[in-house]
Amino acid sequence: MTAANTLSPKIPAETRQPVLQAKNLVKTYGRVVGLDGVSLELYPGEVLAIIGDNGAGKSTLVKCLTGAEVPDEGEILLDGQPIRFKRPQDAHEAGIETVYQSLAVAPALDVASNLYLGREKRKSGILGSVFRMMDKKGMRNEAETGLRNLGISTLQDVTVPVENLSGGQRQAVAVARAAAFGSKVVVLDEPTAALGVRESNQVLELVRTLRDRGIPVILISHNMPHVFEVADRIHIQRLGKRAGTITPQSHTMTEAVAIMTGARRVDDDGA
Amino acid sequence: MSHPIAEASPPAAQPDLAVEFLDRRTPLDRARQALHRYPALSPGIVIILAVIVFGLLNPRFFYANNLSLVSQQVAVVGTLAIAQTLVILTAGIDLSVGAIMVLASMVMAQLASQNGIPAPLSLLLGLVVGLAAGALNGILVTRLKLPPFIVTLGTLSIFTALTLLYSNSASVTGQDIPALITGTGNTFKIGGVNFTYGVVMMLALYVLMAFILNSTAWGRHVYAVGDDKEAARLSGIRVNRVLMSVYVAAGAIIAIGSWIQIGRADAASPNAGTDINLDTITAVVIGGTSLFGGRGNIWGSLLGALIVGVFRNGLALAGLDVLYQTLAVGVLIIVAVSVDQWIRKVRK
Repeated sequence: MTAANTLSPKIPAETRQPVLQAKNLVKTYGRVVGLDGVSLELYPGEVLAIIGDNGAGKSTLVKCLTGAEVPDEGEILLDGQPIRFKRPQDAHEAGIETVYQSLAVAPALDVASNLYLGREKRKSGILGSVFRMMDKKGMRNEAETGLRNLGISTLQDVTVPVENLSGGQRQAVAVARAAAFGSKVVVLDEPTAALGVRESNQVLELVRTLRDRGIPVILISHNMPHVFEVADRIHIQRLGKRAGTITPQSHTMTEAVAIMTGARRVDDDGA
Repeated sequence: MSHPIAEASPPAAQPDLAVEFLDRRTPLDRARQALHRYPALSPGIVIILAVIVFGLLNPRFFYANNLSLVSQQVAVVGTLAIAQTLVILTAGIDLSVGAIMVLASMVMAQLASQNGIPAPLSLLLGLVVGLAAGALNGILVTRLKLPPFIVTLGTLSIFTALTLLYSNSASVTGQDIPALITGTGNTFKIGGVNFTYGVVMMLALYVLMAFILNSTAWGRHVYAVGDDKEAARLSGIRVNRVLMSVYVAAGAIIAIGSWIQIGRADAASPNAGTDINLDTITAVVIGGTSLFGGRGNIWGSLLGALIVGVFRNGLALAGLDVLYQTLAVGVLIIVAVSVDQWIRKVRK
């Protein structure tokens, strides 16, 4: 395969600047090498899947990109600008939103409160500035609009506590929160791992909606059919390194698994 | 169980959205759902039933001076229950509320009576002691990452010992304390019933705290931290800062409770706070606030404090021995926690 093969055919590679780029990231834990010079590019409006066996370094890679870990070496660029994240909050503020596997929602709070948790809107005027009153109604209305824009039809009522929702609906809340605040990049960690078939499809649909709205998505998943269904490009981690970047068009699922396990090599690593 | 009692159903603003959400449910499930959604509903029902029963047992229950007595008995526990509610909402527990209350009250009374410090300044210094005590609890919980139960068990002993050392185990009587400090025990009349200013202060604190908890981001963060600490952290909430502020705020509220206590007892005694820890926890738990954090309502704690007060008073008026009052309070706690567990089963 050629380099052009690994990129989306629509736009030539030279004209595109990655939204998020990692160059030669190295992360060691004592003697254990988590990342051994890994590079990654995320282009505007694409879904980039990261796959790899256990211990291949996918979570370390994602942690470095989302500020949960600080890489020992290497560089991260956001919109072409070098950036350093010391904690998750830094990445968050830079516009990288992460949906964790644990979902990070407060079960007793309702949907709207969860969407705005940690960034509540205050009322305008003296009620907001002096009495610090939250604009509950405004947040509710915007939550409803936001959910509708993302095509999440299963959440009609934003005043329902999250604990009353199904797994897929909770995932939708978490994804909606990540997408809601002018984020540049959304990172989804195993979003379909705990879900049934129908709910998984809803989440994948949501991923496509995000992409169609111009928000690039990094998707970490073990589920090959899901990855091949939704990803534009697939970054394969193996033993702390990038084994290659492929597309669902260029390789089959079997080939991807073969690369993942080392049974096969990618001649051109797609960088 | 007749749950649709009009007075007991808090904001009916959102008409049964929960009901349409899950529709194949028995009436029992619906009751449970309603109780789950409105934590103050069950104590509301209990207090109404209790008032009716005790009123029927002995009509003197409704006499003006008896109602006045109940309100005064509730004032101190009710105030400290606000502080306890804040801590329990964050999935903690504060065993030192009584000890802080006594320490701050001795500081207020002694500074004014023996050191000749003006009354307003004495009150302020008492408040500072309350804030410092709360800050100590907060630092131990957030920096040393110790469980709140252990921290406050330790500070309970420390503050109790400090109180006895500072006061030489001696009380200060009301005559020696300036009128401003004992003024929380002064009364005024509404419709023939005497209320103390202490009761008014307690109610004002409830209104203030209900506003803060329901309408500010800080209040929502208190719930979120108690609900799921990790989720709150990942949502960008500074968990330690919230916890610290909760313990400091609790200290301030307790210091106000000290002022009310001096007025109520017309004295400051270093041995005043022995039962009060458990009474505040009882009030909060009966009030429907979950000991697991994240769920509860501040008004429930007021109802809880009232229930304890009404039960003690009503059983006494019905001619029962004081030991039966204690027994009844014990039964109440167990029933309240069982109901809480049952309600929580809504969460699958």
